[in-house]
Amino acid sequence: MAGSALFSILVTLAIVLILGIETAHFFGQDEVSLGEFFGQVKWNPLLGAEKHFGIWPLVCGTFLVAGIALIVAVPMGLVTAIYLSEYAGSRVRAVVKPALEILAGIPTVVYGFFALVLLTPGLKMLHEGFGSYNALAAGIAVGILILPIVSSLSEDALRAVPSSLREGVYGLGGTKFDAAVKVVFPAALSGIISSVLLAAARAVGETMIVALAAGSTPRLTLDVREEIQTMTGFMVQMALGDVSNFGVEYFSMYAVAATLFVITFILTILGAVIRKRFRETYE
Amino acid sequence: MTTIAQKAPDVISDPGRMQAVRRSVAGRHRTERWFRRICFGITAFAVLLLVLFLAAILYNGIGTLSQHFLTAPPGPDPSQAGFYPAIWGTVWLLVLVAVFTLPLGIATAIFLEEFRPRRQLLRRALAFVQANITNLAGVPSVVYGIVGLTAFVSMFQLFGSPNSPAFEMGIQYYDQFYNQAGVVMLVPVNRPDAPYTDPEQGMTAMTPEGEGLKVHVIDADAPWPEDETLSARTLRENDMAGRIDRRQWYYFRIPFGRGVLAGALTLMLVILPIVIISAQESLRAVPDSLREAALGLGATRWQVVRRVTLPSALPGIMTGAILAISRAIGEAAPLLMIAGIVFISNPPGHLMDDFTAMPLQIFNWAQRPQASFHEIAASGIIVLLAVLLTFNAAAVLIRQKFQKPLS
Repeated sequence: MAGSALFSILVTLAIVLILGIETAHFFGQDEVSLGEFFGQVKWNPLLGAEKHFGIWPLVCGTFLVAGIALIVAVPMGLVTAIYLSEYAGSRVRAVVKPALEILAGIPTVVYGFFALVLLTPGLKMLHEGFGSYNALAAGIAVGILILPIVSSLSEDALRAVPSSLREGVYGLGGTKFDAAVKVVFPAALSGIISSVLLAAARAVGETMIVALAAGSTPRLTLDVREEIQTMTGFMVQMALGDVSNFGVEYFSMYAVAATLFVITFILTILGAVIRKRFRETYE
Repeated sequence: MTTIAQKAPDVISDPGRMQAVRRSVAGRHRTERWFRRICFGITAFAVLLLVLFLAAILYNGIGTLSQHFLTAPPGPDPSQAGFYPAIWGTVWLLVLVAVFTLPLGIATAIFLEEFRPRRQLLRRALAFVQANITNLAGVPSVVYGIVGLTAFVSMFQLFGSPNSPAFEMGIQYYDQFYNQAGVVMLVPVNRPDAPYTDPEQGMTAMTPEGEGLKVHVIDADAPWPEDETLSARTLRENDMAGRIDRRQWYYFRIPFGRGVLAGALTLMLVILPIVIISAQESLRAVPDSLREAALGLGATRWQVVRRVTLPSALPGIMTGAILAISRAIGEAAPLLMIAGIVFISNPPGHLMDDFTAMPLQIFNWAQRPQASFHEIAASGIIVLLAVLLTFNAAAVLIRQKFQKPLS
């Protein structure tokens, strides 16, 4: 059984080694250098005579989508969490919590379909500038995807705050709003921040929604109506395409995956550190 | 208001401050009312969104959902296309993922929870393993797809390529001849890259049904034999063979290639941390008094696990496992990296067979521009969600039926 525990370390090692070695392969090729990868702002590995490997358009697309997702999910998720933990009666909670859990269990390809077939036509009706593929529809769908993570984990954090604190507020003549927003929320802040970071990591790594709805044109833009490409979207494009196994384009997939791995890893560790370091314990 | 006034006499004496307190209390109650409304509104909106979303998919897909859709292979014509290979591909993945993941995940959880060492160094090591598992749960599944592509599909290019593997079993290669009368003759060959067979007088071949026959070879311009039995085993000396193969159900090769086995192993990587963490939680929920009682009666640690902890934690472990596997059923990104989108019209027949799964087929249809493909994508989503809901319902049932408080 110790072996099976070691297996998880082996998996981590394998991930790091595979991504590391193949990324080193990528930078070992003549067409590309580390300076170009982080210094240029053009990503164009597949088409055209001259190939460009500047990662920033993919990073920009990824963070554009994740940013929209967080703008959608964080306020809604937090308000839902406060409502469920502070206001809702047990009967409402018995309906809403499982409903949010269902939302969390829906496969991401279904959200991608939702974004492409329902959200995008809706956005096009509101404004003519939206393309068939755009960052906003993908971002909203990713936001709905991560909403249950934010609301459910934040609710756990809010409920972990002991009720003596709330009773203290009521004893001083405070309302439920005062208790929830001015006392319970700050007390649970470390748990809430780490839930948001976890949701951000999910949003950055989300693949199927952006593969369906965001498009495949890497672009350094903040215009949410435009077609963009994310890091995960690029990987999917490579998996679908008929690229020979050993070209520089093929290895670029590993470099992008390594970048993505590092970003999500940092977010996950940051979440764990915040939860541990800033947790307030009450007796 | 009066209660406040009674408790705070010094405020009453100053009418200006009294006014301010009243305003402030009224304002705070107004804030409270508004906040409650906003909270309720947004929560209701989130639930409404779910309802709307499911209704839209139902509306889009119910029309094309039929028995034909469930039993036909996908095709270029959306009105005739079906979901059959995808359904069976998912079933294969499901069984394989369960077989690989559950023993490994549960064993890891038992080790981490029940066999905690007392030595400082080992405890540090276990804390590291624990942190590592938590981090693995946060790795995007598409990254696991890339890892699976390297580790399972091509095995780091150490053992040949998926097209000419280093090790194979359960496969036989044949050179296939068509003669002038349209009869098919098969000549077994040992290796996929062996030189093509030249027709030779008297060499042995077989019919597709497996009957042996002696080949009769004639010149390129000789007259064709009249006799029917002779005609059925006659080839011209310049006839060319084509290479085919036949695979048994136990066909196996290294490296695995883009088959259903590689897909299942990759999904294992995705859900293993989830299985471990949820199994750990249910083991932790078993009260220590039970363990101590068993240990006090002279049971070994393994006996405690086998007879006491595991049985009482099993419903929780099962619930977590079912939820993790239903997550695996819905995953498309890692499978996309492993299998790509190839046209698949048959369910897998062996572990190395190309496959498609429900989420992959849905992605395939959803990314096409025609609206009629979107309709069958919605039908596929209905089937997928029905399967997932069944799984979730099973998990909830297990949790409610078997989980009773132990302390």
